[in-house]
Amino acid sequence: MIGFATRRIVQAMIVMLVVALLAFTMFRFVGDPINQMVGIETSIEEREALRERLGLNDPVPLQFFRFVTKAVQFDFGTSYQFRQPVAELFAKRIPATLELSFASALFALVVGIPMGIYAGLNRESPVSKLFLSVSLVGISLPTFFIGILLIFLFSVTLQWLPSFGRGETVQIGSWWTTGFLTVSGLKALILPSITLGLYQMTLIMRLIRAEMLEVIRTDYIKFARARGLPDRLVNFRHALKNSLVPVITITGLQLGSIIAFATITETVFQWPGMGLMFLQAVQNVDIPIMSAYLLLTAFLFVTINFIVDILYFFIDPRLRVGRP
Amino acid sequence: MPFVTNEETGADGRNHGSPAQGPGRMARMLDSDLFHSFLKSKVTVIAATGTVILFLLAFLAPWIAPHDPFDLASISILDARVPPLWMEYADPRFLLGTDDQGRDLLSGIFYGMRISLIVGFCSVIAAALIGITLGLVAGYMGGRVDAIIMRIADVQLTFPSILIALLIDGIAHGIFGNLDREVFAFYILIVALALSFWVQYARTVRGSTMVEKNKEYVQAARVIGLPSVIIMARHILPNVMGPVMVIATINLALAIVTEATLSFLGVGMPPTQPSLGTLIAVGNDFLYSGEWWIAIFPGVALALLVLNVNLLGDWLRDALNPKLR
Repeated sequence: MIGFATRRIVQAMIVMLVVALLAFTMFRFVGDPINQMVGIETSIEEREALRERLGLNDPVPLQFFRFVTKAVQFDFGTSYQFRQPVAELFAKRIPATLELSFASALFALVVGIPMGIYAGLNRESPVSKLFLSVSLVGISLPTFFIGILLIFLFSVTLQWLPSFGRGETVQIGSWWTTGFLTVSGLKALILPSITLGLYQMTLIMRLIRAEMLEVIRTDYIKFARARGLPDRLVNFRHALKNSLVPVITITGLQLGSIIAFATITETVFQWPGMGLMFLQAVQNVDIPIMSAYLLLTAFLFVTINFIVDILYFFIDPRLRVGRP
Repeated sequence: MPFVTNEETGADGRNHGSPAQGPGRMARMLDSDLFHSFLKSKVTVIAATGTVILFLLAFLAPWIAPHDPFDLASISILDARVPPLWMEYADPRFLLGTDDQGRDLLSGIFYGMRISLIVGFCSVIAAALIGITLGLVAGYMGGRVDAIIMRIADVQLTFPSILIALLIDGIAHGIFGNLDREVFAFYILIVALALSFWVQYARTVRGSTMVEKNKEYVQAARVIGLPSVIIMARHILPNVMGPVMVIATINLALAIVTEATLSFLGVGMPPTQPSLGTLIAVGNDFLYSGEWWIAIFPGVALALLVLNVNLLGDWLRDALNPKLR
């Protein structure tokens, strides 16, 4: 167990170093950082002085080392567009993205799991077939178009829900703002989280359905039925429990892509999170924000993967034996 | 007698349907397992028909579209934002209405679909070329080359492709500057998409190459002293192409969606050469003022296209998977 975890941590660190190298290359070699920081009137001597002061004339490995040391301390430099430290900009926007991602994951699980169980237990029923067709459409519709359709239906036509922003937010602690505590904040959360979670919901539904179909065919379920256990007990205690194992992996991995796909949803709904900021950075070639976002998402992904791997270890006893 | 071959094969050297050869290629295809499983699935037949129709509409756009949306002489700003035919204030010239510049929406969709499909096909081909080459090399060479290529693939697989495409797009614009954005947009998009999709091909091809390289025909080729490049390209490649075709079909739908998403986010095709995603992005600004058709119709076209290609890909994957037969 400990050996497995250490190996995973070493792998994760290698991934982070590779990503850091990428982020550094972007930061250092795409465009000239000096040109982005000074005006047109700055003389060549002043530019050279600034270059020397920022250490841009040092050997590249040293610069990379400095970049990593700073990044570990959350110092990602100054944004070209906003002239503010990148870390502060991110800190302001992280709560919005995390709350949105959490709400979408919750939606995907709460709606997807029951639908999957139903479709798995009642394979031939017309409702299950309807679920499957709907999920196929859900997979084929691009995220941003789902958002547009929801806005058109619920904001423009019916005028039930807001189409942009987070509504009223409440400040908790020194920097966390939440939309969970106000009515307008919760209302603003509904459409974006459905948009973001729909794909994951269909995925979870199909996965649970497929797993249930497999598990129900196994011998221990047949024996449980033969023992005369009530259907409910067989279905939920025996079958569901064992079909949840892959769901945990997929949900964990999908949590990462929810955060990444939040970029699109945040753009459609003008949600003030880090995805929207990243997109504006891409459009304006604001390299410090781009490389910080790259590092941050990479870190989130690596952490989530690590947690999922460890969880898997606890859930599936078969993995514990016979693992080198 | 050594000179009988001429009578059997015909003067031009081709085999003119000798009985041993069996029926022709077309007939053989119509009698294959694949074709039978195709006819058995009603959904697949419908999806195939839909795909063919949409592809034809897209590629024949210059000849069948009712208007030319790029012909500035025929566009009038007075025709801007005309609603579709069945609504009030409609104009009989424009079946699905017009966009904000007075361009016919139906023609715009045909042309936009054409651009979406061209970008989709080019990026799938580019991704397959990169992936197949690296996969072949990794699988055949093994050792350190294999380790390096596959570690890169692993790192990249941790990130969703849309994020990688966005990053590459941002970097490319940083290098080329905004001035050349319109000129290079098409190529940047293809590179961004290809670099975000190659991993799947590489992994699949590597796996099958490792199986193939131990078979006798490869050993025979090695014994007669053929160079590695020839063995990889002429002997192994044809035998690992099956799964690649399935991935390519499924990837086409994904490439079209990703392209549309990038264009919608404003980093893909520029408004002067609009793809479906660009059209939706333009229409999105008019959604709130009640002119819903500018965004919704291109979106429906995109969804239909992706749905049909997806269904075809699903069928192909199941039909070629011997486990499911």
